[in-house]
Amino acid sequence: MTEPLLVVEDLHVDYPVKGWRRKPFKALNGVSLDILPGECVGLVGESGSGKTTLGRAVLGLAPVTGGSIRFKGAEIGTLSRRERRRLSEEIQVVFQDPYSSLNPSLTIEQSLTEPLRVKKVSAADASRRVRTLLDQVGLPSNAAGRLPREFSGGQRQRIAIARALALSPQLIVCDEPVSALDLSTQARVLDLFKDIQEATGVAYLFVSHDLAVVRHLSHRVAVMYHGEIVEYGPGDKVTSDPEHPYTQRLLLAAPVPDPALQEQRRADRRRLLDAQNEMALQSGAL
Amino acid sequence: MTESITNVMPDTATEERAARSHLARRLLRNGAALFAFIVLGLIVLAAILAPLLTPQDPNFANIQSLLSAPSAEHPLGTDGAGRDVLARLLYGTRYSLAAALLGTAIAAILGVVGGLIAGYYGRWFASVSSWVISLIMALPGIVVLLAARAVLGPSLWMAMAVFGVLLAPAFFRLVYTAVVNVRGELFVDAARVSGVGDFSIIGRHILSVVRAPIIIQFAFVMGIAIAIQAGLDFLGLGDTSVPTWGNMLNDAFARMYKNPVLLVWPSVAIALTSVALALFANALRDELERSGRVRVRRRRVRGTAPAPAVVLPADVVVHPETTADSREKLLVVDSLVVGYDQPDGSLKQVVNGVSLTVRQGEVHGLIGESGSGKTQTAWSILRLLPEGGRIVGGSVVFGGTDLASLSDTEMRKVRGRRISYIPQEPMSNLDPSFTIGSQLVEPMRIALGISSADAKKRALELLARVGIPNPERTYAAYPHEVSGGMAQRVLIAGAVSCEPDLVIADEPTTALDVTVQAEILDLLRGLQKELGVSILIVTHNFGVVADLCDRVSVMRDGLIVETGPVRAIFADPQHPYTKSLFDAILEDGAARGHLEHAADRHAPAGGAAS
Repeated sequence: MTEPLLVVEDLHVDYPVKGWRRKPFKALNGVSLDILPGECVGLVGESGSGKTTLGRAVLGLAPVTGGSIRFKGAEIGTLSRRERRRLSEEIQVVFQDPYSSLNPSLTIEQSLTEPLRVKKVSAADASRRVRTLLDQVGLPSNAAGRLPREFSGGQRQRIAIARALALSPQLIVCDEPVSALDLSTQARVLDLFKDIQEATGVAYLFVSHDLAVVRHLSHRVAVMYHGEIVEYGPGDKVTSDPEHPYTQRLLLAAPVPDPALQEQRRADRRRLLDAQNEMALQSGAL
Repeated sequence: MTESITNVMPDTATEERAARSHLARRLLRNGAALFAFIVLGLIVLAAILAPLLTPQDPNFANIQSLLSAPSAEHPLGTDGAGRDVLARLLYGTRYSLAAALLGTAIAAILGVVGGLIAGYYGRWFASVSSWVISLIMALPGIVVLLAARAVLGPSLWMAMAVFGVLLAPAFFRLVYTAVVNVRGELFVDAARVSGVGDFSIIGRHILSVVRAPIIIQFAFVMGIAIAIQAGLDFLGLGDTSVPTWGNMLNDAFARMYKNPVLLVWPSVAIALTSVALALFANALRDELERSGRVRVRRRRVRGTAPAPAVVLPADVVVHPETTADSREKLLVVDSLVVGYDQPDGSLKQVVNGVSLTVRQGEVHGLIGESGSGKTQTAWSILRLLPEGGRIVGGSVVFGGTDLASLSDTEMRKVRGRRISYIPQEPMSNLDPSFTIGSQLVEPMRIALGISSADAKKRALELLARVGIPNPERTYAAYPHEVSGGMAQRVLIAGAVSCEPDLVIADEPTTALDVTVQAEILDLLRGLQKELGVSILIVTHNFGVVADLCDRVSVMRDGLIVETGPVRAIFADPQHPYTKSLFDAILEDGAARGHLEHAADRHAPAGGAAS
């Protein structure tokens, strides 16, 4: 059995709330998760569930207040900014919003070479690497000299993926990378994620609110609710036959693109909600 | 398709250079900026070339010729101490400019560095520096300068250094606000994850954003510094041994009745410099702001505009009705063309000839990807197109009247009363400064002509009907006190409050969580059955269409490519574009399955290295 690449254990993240002696907001409340090399772990949940915070904590962008994050056995949850920078070769990110994740005044080449320049890669090598990367994400090499505003949302997301790949990392945190994209663009970008994973063996922590997207790409799926992981298991199982009541509700809430099946699902959802309400009433009465 | 790139794009490096030189050229073309450049240039030249322009020593007092008239030796005469006025004016320019520059530079360095650090790192440094800045701003400047003079003696440079500290808040606040805004941008986070050091991030990503405002502020503050410096010297608080404009004023003031002309020269110099600096700053700001906005040439010529190009798609697929629909046609849109006026006077068409019919009591879905024109179509039915947009062709016949030809006043009577609207972003469509109740009651009082008490009773009933658990509390609440899902329920209550015939819902569930979306869809379905209202729902989600709609129209590039009963289209899509959309749906796809093989195939690549 392979050693996990990333192990998150009993992670707590609190955000201070403005105001004197207010209780901090518990964004993550004891979250545990592991990712194997080359694996895609989907992290699904609704707004405010803490899924984005978990991604940001792994990236060192959220304040860890308790628990541990270990990457290849070494603790990375509480590194200083300086120590954290050394991890850039190993952990990278693709953000949700393709419009604000690229500096509008830098050319694509300048954005893509930024991580390389930090690692003291020569200008010629960096330039060559940019061509390879653009080719890898399906963009023409003459895209390098242009500014982000000349590209569509899907193309910008490809550029953001290229930037994440620049240092050949072992883990990429993908924070809702396709939710701002159109249906057909979304499918193509997801296929790109899959192809890149199969070609390079990079692992993904894939954050999304869309169960169908997560199911398409993830080997394992974790479901978050109110700052906790309520269900974690094989992607197929969690996204088609979930055990936790919340995951069941989540699954049946998403409308199926088929009028007959959706009518069926609507009835199933109604039955499930009634049954869960009944249970809640009974447990409340006890 | 959308992902293809045309190869005719201009080279970006030259484009960027062009943009920059464009700004310089625009500044030179701006009359005020040109005047400011020339004046400032002359003043700086005079300061630098002072020894060449006059052989006189500005401090040499010739008691033989006090207040002498202009002569070949003294072109502007001499002052009350017999010193050459021209020499004092020219050398005064040197000292006045240098002193103002010193004060402004100190203010800028303190303010910009402090603002960058406080804005970027935040935490205790931000709190402490904000306190200090507030304290400095609360101090009366002149009193501090007087105190500084008492302690440090009458030194020009010391006074300006103190003054620089006093002006630092002007820069600090500007930079701090700008940096706090940029720091939240994702590209800054991405740079951090890329291992870029904090100093590089500040220099590369943050300073570039705040550069222009700093330059503008610098010019303004320098103008103030010149005026204050002159004021101090004029009051006799400065160092009288240094020739400055303020000292000249002081001296001339004392001799105002003997030789009033002496007052003119320093006053003109101070005024010209301050005005030129202010003009330069204003012009630069105007040009920077203008570059972000499109200047629409006002040319409202509806009659003479070229006839709109109605593209009649030969390949629009119309599915036959499964059963003969005898319901009355409520809305008939015919060959609708919508365009936006462009800065160069041309028209950009976003809807190219859309025809669709909504029958009484029908739920019609309008589906398409971004840029397909679905929302533009919905807005033009409501006649709520944003600035610059207008219906340029076709008709929107609603209940027998062509909405496209109604006046704004007549349209206002239709909107809200007979056609209502449910927006995509519930929160931004409620006014934060009024209670939810008042926003529900007002339209009902106007549209239905009922009393406040009746309207309130009805509003409470509606809130209960849309599934709000505690109607009284929500009625009295402000929009920020309810969740997004509740806000959307409130807007739905508002949309049906005036018993409309047609509800236009623009992506009503897109901004909501999926469990909330399911509840809102249930609510819409229930209300539609209950009230028999027609709904035109704009969406990009096939699940929503399958859940709610009777009929659906698929849009692309401002055209409808396929239309018909929902079940027919889902069972058998005909148009290649519709088929491609169905192929892109993930819902029914297989799950990815287990990792095992992949992990074996790729033994940890970096494992050997570490």
